[in-house]
Amino acid sequence: MLYREAGQFKSSYDEDQAIFPILQDRIMLAIVLIVAFVAVPLLFNEYWLSTIMLPFLVFSLAALGLNLLTGYAGQLSLGTGGFMATGAFAAYKLAVAFPEMNIIIVFLLSGVITAGVGVLFGIPSLRIKGFYLAVATLASQFFLIWMFNKFPWFTNYSSSGVISAPPRAVFGDYFVTGSSASPQAKYLFALAFVALLALAAKNIVRSHIGRGWMAIRDMDIAAEIIGIKPLQTKLGAFAVSSFYCGISGALWAFIYTSSVEALAFDITRSFQILFMVIIGGLGSVLGSFLGAAFIVLLPILLSNAPTMVGLNISVDLISHMEFMIMGALIIFFLIVEPHGLARLWQVAKEKLRLWPFPY
Amino acid sequence: MSLTKLTLAAVGLAVGVSGFAAQSATAAEQFIPSLVYRTGPYAPNGTPFADGAMDYYKMLNARDGGINGVKLVVEECDTGYNTDRGVECYERLKGKGETGAAAFSPLSTGITYAIIDRATQDKIPVFSMGYGRTDASDGRVFPYVFTAPSTYWSQASALVRYVGGEEGGMDKLKGKKIALVYHDSAYGKEPIATLETLAEKYGFEFHKFPVTHPGLEQKATWLTIGRKLRPDWTFMWGWGVMNQTAIKEAAAAGYPMNKFIGAWWSGAEPDTRPAGKAAIGYKSAAFHSPGSNFIVHQDILKHVYGGGTGTTTEDKVGEVLYNRGLINSVFVSEAIRTAMGKFGNKAMTGEEIRWGFENLNLTEAKLGKLGLTRFMKPIKLSCANHEGGTPLRIQEWKGQQWEFVSDWIEPMNDIVRPMIEASAAKYAAEKGITPRSCN
Repeated sequence: MLYREAGQFKSSYDEDQAIFPILQDRIMLAIVLIVAFVAVPLLFNEYWLSTIMLPFLVFSLAALGLNLLTGYAGQLSLGTGGFMATGAFAAYKLAVAFPEMNIIIVFLLSGVITAGVGVLFGIPSLRIKGFYLAVATLASQFFLIWMFNKFPWFTNYSSSGVISAPPRAVFGDYFVTGSSASPQAKYLFALAFVALLALAAKNIVRSHIGRGWMAIRDMDIAAEIIGIKPLQTKLGAFAVSSFYCGISGALWAFIYTSSVEALAFDITRSFQILFMVIIGGLGSVLGSFLGAAFIVLLPILLSNAPTMVGLNISVDLISHMEFMIMGALIIFFLIVEPHGLARLWQVAKEKLRLWPFPY
Repeated sequence: MSLTKLTLAAVGLAVGVSGFAAQSATAAEQFIPSLVYRTGPYAPNGTPFADGAMDYYKMLNARDGGINGVKLVVEECDTGYNTDRGVECYERLKGKGETGAAAFSPLSTGITYAIIDRATQDKIPVFSMGYGRTDASDGRVFPYVFTAPSTYWSQASALVRYVGGEEGGMDKLKGKKIALVYHDSAYGKEPIATLETLAEKYGFEFHKFPVTHPGLEQKATWLTIGRKLRPDWTFMWGWGVMNQTAIKEAAAAGYPMNKFIGAWWSGAEPDTRPAGKAAIGYKSAAFHSPGSNFIVHQDILKHVYGGGTGTTTEDKVGEVLYNRGLINSVFVSEAIRTAMGKFGNKAMTGEEIRWGFENLNLTEAKLGKLGLTRFMKPIKLSCANHEGGTPLRIQEWKGQQWEFVSDWIEPMNDIVRPMIEASAAKYAAEKGITPRSCN
């Protein structure tokens, strides 16, 4: 019904290879983008924009980055928090050292720096695989956080080791960081980054780069035999993934909390993002967003729910209930669909395309 | 505890809180947000603080019907000591009530850092009592942040002064070794710069020992301190489970307890009780008395616990962190009262309460009226000085309770204040803030 493709003919290879071959998908995406770019900033209040939408966007980007590495290239990583911290501190150092540099350039450069760090820590992936690699990337997590804590140069000798984002404008005096930036400006800035990078990710995974990653993921020896170089492919995956995570960390420090200490990116952050990827769906761009929504938005919803329905229960009980319900839901979803939330959507879509005669 | 009991307790708690929150009337109401952590790794220390803060507001409502007839409506939000949850709580609560939130006390240095910008923009005071950003004591650069009654830098200087007195004079500190065991976070790092400056001035050796969050692993640290370095004095900037672990490990390594002094966040019952006998003799700084022998406690027991609406159990009233939460509420409510003196007896806005904080003057007479005689020292804030710089006292764990073992010790304001002003000026330059004039 909704997804009936009757009448949609593809008369050229270009059309057949389009990023969204089904018309309904294109319409839906357009609606989502219009809602995100126009309706949300107009309709949502400050609380929604700055404490629900912003962390969702930041985490989506980090999850997307990790998904490229773990979901597509099959390299299990626990270093996401460390890479996010790298991005945050790189952006801070760049922004403070070069006050006239545009904030967009600062963010892109901090992504590039993080990509370099990611490649460095990705080198062990050439020798070790799976869980052993996870342990090796764990080292990067601990090392990077330790480094930012240890050397006061990274925080410009702040007595407490906390960096605080200086006010910067995209153009003119349209501030996106600092206290004078409006929540709308912050949201739109983060959204633009996330939307463009998601589009890039979608295209990368359809290109020869992404196919190389998937070949390595599925069987690295076979991939090598058909001519995919493991060195470039694996390190490329680490670079691209870290680039995403770095920008996500910079967004966290500059746009979301606007001040950050290295401890905010500790090992629990890495796990949190790994869970997003697993619950959302490994190897799916959509899954990164769904996973982030599940892990970020649901707890906030759960902690607000009792007061919303007029139930007056103490805050510690709410917090404990939140943990229990979250845990139960994670188990529930993993039992119902081990391939993640994105897979649920995919199954639904297949069914709709064949409706009313699904088999 | 059986399941039935647990359910009963939960229901009781729910009813208690709802009974408190549902007291809405037609009269003016002042909304006060309370950021707490009753869950997470620091809950054992966060809970008594939250209880004390809550009970004092409840007492004001029960005894006086609020402040000058304006009822206080308090809502808690659990942060779990997480900065991102703290920001969420801040945004959730800042607009509630008829005039918005009165003042935020984030109870976490990380959250304080994260909301300073926002609160300044939203014109809501941030009252970080004895934590947070020390240089925010400079009211010219941080108009909306208050660090009263003291800061980590002042505390570090007072500790050095105390140690100097114990050694028989500040000149005797030359060549002595002082170690700092600290929580490796924004909080724990705050005193380092001050101690380094003082080490240079008085010629003592200063050694740093960071402990990673949450602080359960300190064996190597204490082996070095207790067996190898053997410092003359050890200070600790710890929080939560780190404190009791440190006390146990120090005892195991044979480090003398009477040479071991904690910061004011490292000296409460949840820190010393789990360490048992080993903790006897352990010291810590404090800016208020322990115990419940004060009129304010009698009022709380009478008006709140007498009515069965207490947040915790009666035997917890008067614990160190309970009293700390209480004093936090005293500052906030007195700032509101001061503001009402100028703007009238109605619900105050954040901007008006900021004025109240800046003109806060808790004299001995006023403290007496509040039932706080001998509980704390008089304090006065001003436009430029948001700290007040109260003197500190050293308390010692006697095995069952904390007792004062020193007189009030003045911090070295002549050293700390210029450091605060220099650091605030650096912050202002980085953020592009023009400091306001306070004349």
